[in-house]
Amino acid sequence: MALLKIHEPGETPLPHEDERQIAVGIDLGTTNSVVAISREEKPEVLRDKSGGNAIVPSVVYYGEDTPIVGEAARDHINTDASRVVSSVKRLMGRGLEDVKLVAGTLPYDVEIPEKSETDNGEPMMVRLNVGNRVLTPVEVSADILRALRARAEESLDQPVEKAVITVPAYFDDGARTATKDAAKLAGIEVLRLVNEPTAAALAYGLDNGVEGLYAVYDLGGGTFDISLLKMQKGVFQVKATGGDAALGGDDFDHTIAEYLLAERKEGGASDALDASDAKRLLKTARKVKEGLTDQDAVEVAVALNGVETTHTVTRDVFEAMIAKLVTRTATITEQVLDDADVLPEDVKGVVLVGGSTRVPAVRKAVADLFEQEPLSDIDPDEVVALGAALQAEALTGGSDNLLLDVTPLSLGLETMGGIVEKVIDRNTPIPVSKAQEFTTYQDGQSAMMIHVVQGEREMVDQCRSLARFALTGIPSMAAGAARIRVQFNVDADGLLTVSAREETTGVEQEVAVKPTYGINEIDMANMLRESMIHAREDMEMRLLTEARVEARRNILAVRAAMDADRALLTPEDDQNIADAIAKLETAMAGDDRDVVNEAAEALENASRPFAESRMDSRIRQALAGQNVDEVN
Amino acid sequence: MSNTDHPAHKVCWSCKGPVDASALFCDTCNAIQAPGQLDHFKRFGLTPSFVLDIDAIEATYLKQQQLLHPDRFASKSGREQALSSQQAASLNEAFETLKNPVSRAHYMLRLAGIEPEGGEGHTVNDPELLMEAMEMREALHDAADKGTIDAMIKDTRKQARACEADLGDALASNAFDTAKKLTTRLRYLMKMTEEARAKKSRLAAA
Ligand SMILES: Nc1ncnc2c1ncn2[C@@H]1O[C@H](COP(=O)(O)OP(=O)(O)OP(=O)(O)O)[C@@H](O)[C@H]1O
Ligand SMILES: [Mg+2]
Repeated sequence: MALLKIHEPGETPLPHEDERQIAVGIDLGTTNSVVAISREEKPEVLRDKSGGNAIVPSVVYYGEDTPIVGEAARDHINTDASRVVSSVKRLMGRGLEDVKLVAGTLPYDVEIPEKSETDNGEPMMVRLNVGNRVLTPVEVSADILRALRARAEESLDQPVEKAVITVPAYFDDGARTATKDAAKLAGIEVLRLVNEPTAAALAYGLDNGVEGLYAVYDLGGGTFDISLLKMQKGVFQVKATGGDAALGGDDFDHTIAEYLLAERKEGGASDALDASDAKRLLKTARKVKEGLTDQDAVEVAVALNGVETTHTVTRDVFEAMIAKLVTRTATITEQVLDDADVLPEDVKGVVLVGGSTRVPAVRKAVADLFEQEPLSDIDPDEVVALGAALQAEALTGGSDNLLLDVTPLSLGLETMGGIVEKVIDRNTPIPVSKAQEFTTYQDGQSAMMIHVVQGEREMVDQCRSLARFALTGIPSMAAGAARIRVQFNVDADGLLTVSAREETTGVEQEVAVKPTYGINEIDMANMLRESMIHAREDMEMRLLTEARVEARRNILAVRAAMDADRALLTPEDDQNIADAIAKLETAMAGDDRDVVNEAAEALENASRPFAESRMDSRIRQALAGQNVDEVN
Repeated sequence: MSNTDHPAHKVCWSCKGPVDASALFCDTCNAIQAPGQLDHFKRFGLTPSFVLDIDAIEATYLKQQQLLHPDRFASKSGREQALSSQQAASLNEAFETLKNPVSRAHYMLRLAGIEPEGGEGHTVNDPELLMEAMEMREALHDAADKGTIDAMIKDTRKQARACEADLGDALASNAFDTAKKLTTRLRYLMKMTEEARAKKSRLAAA
């Protein structure tokens, strides 16, 4: 880290190097991850030392030493499969219940927890048995992020602590929170979570100067997203989005694997599989699938349980097997067009993102759906990371471009009979803040359960439960007399905060809950302690930075006021303020946060009399103006 | 007197000096302000009217988001980030409310001190409308092919458009009772279109 510069009193310190620090864009994919950097709106992917591949397979090998990430980890599938974790993104923010929904044979050895909910009623997160470790998907993702961060630091030859990380647009609140937690563990400050199709649109749109309504169809390894965006000068506005957070190339692999197993069984071989076998078979299946993109048939040998069989998979068979999955993306796409009230012919271009859009049957389905050939002059593997890098640059260095995104899923509350009352509809632009009022249904009811859910279905148990909390201490009232206001806030990362308050009596109570499908605060703190010695220092640094930013704003504001109303400034105040500013600037050049905050407070005190006379003067002016009005 | 109801200025949290109550930014120190109590029309420099140029409003909306969105404040202090989030959320709410004809009508009725009927849980007591809705629902239930549903959607949309025109007239002439009825009808028509579309995608998926 660069040495701190000492500033002359009176000179406004420029943002410190640490505040100006470089920020990268990260596409944290199910199968592949990419890190990129943008300078002056020219984004580029960061390659490994040898200048080779931009793609880092999202695979981690947990051997005896530090985890190995990427291509090298994938090689261990053949030799030590039980310690290799891949496609962990599919489990991000998921409870044990959800894992059953992830299609096909699970290539994971999942630990069964004793209870399925935490004490707060949050569903327990999945844990994986890997070798002799028990890991959460968040920790595995953190290992991938650490590797990406290391790659960026090596390639840029400077520390990298800030990033924009992309997530599937259709990721729910739990999965988003889990992603942020993973970044925190990896020592990365997330400037913004950006939706993958939106990032792709930014990179593609800027590069080609496009205007109008575009669709981004993103079918990756584990997730499907479809977004409709209106692109116009400088603004990328998402009109509607939809998807499936568990539909992607992995599912194609599963169908092929099942097909191969079935063929083996017909030939008399056993179809029993342990997790390691499953991993190897899926790896084979993936090779077959990718081969079928260019070939009409692929021949393959499968050796499991000491029995080797050979198979031929034709493209026709493959297409028939995945037809249902492809149709599902088409149905979701139609729904999104309907949501946005848009016809296929209104769409000016279709941007294909994600490796699975290389599958000819997928391309054909998209072309049929939009009645046009999709754009193909884009690298479907890199475009998301490039967009993330552009946004990272925009957030740190300023930009003329703006991304306006929406919530992918409706948010609501459980009401009587397990019915969901929607508070925020899907496709609502974010940030958004909405409140709903409820009342008690029993005389003297002193508490109210608040159950927050996400999803489109009418019944609570068909939606994802995000958080459950009780608003207690409601004063005794007749049924229906209490007025409980539940407030939903979704921030620009798409993350939800809920608070509740009883409003009829003077007693106001507020409970704020951040749904954490990721890791609870205590676990998080423990992990930070274990895995990152620097966590505390990082936190301190962040607080110091925040104190400096605030102090600088304070000085600029006072100076602006002095320029505007110099006539109201007494020589004494002038001197006091100047002294206080000088002291604050000295404090800012140091690195004691408390000293900065104290000096900032002293400046506030010193400038108070001046501020008051400015207010008085304005009030007098206003009154004078009003009198004139009345006379006229 | 408006000056006492809504003070024309307040204290800027940043420079502690006076700032216009509805200003987005302090004109002295340029700090972003908390969203005031502006009504949704005023936010876009308009007076309440049901008939709107949505494209023009959208242009203003985008211009304001360029200034207010949290992405513009990512390297600012926590306080400024929070205010920007609030401002952007209010702006979104204003635009979303005005964009959709039903929510716009509801909002205008409320501005006029009238509680629109048929909010969730409220009952609608317009037998004619209920009858019509029931018939539409039956027809939708019986519709078995895409063509029939498409025709229904087209017809419903036409009716919705006509209803919107009437609603505009009613609100312009302060005929709030009529406006209230028409709003409910419009809401039903929109809902039917939605249901018809949902059925269409169900058919397509099957
Ligand atoms: N030539 C090809 N033919 C068919 N499928 C391919 C081909 N190349 C890559 N794929 C598939 O694309 C998927 C990976 O795509 P991508 O790298 O875009 O996903 P990701 O970004 O990791 O996942 P996600 O965005 O869902 O989190 C894998 O399932 C892979 O098998
Ligand atoms: Mg991807």
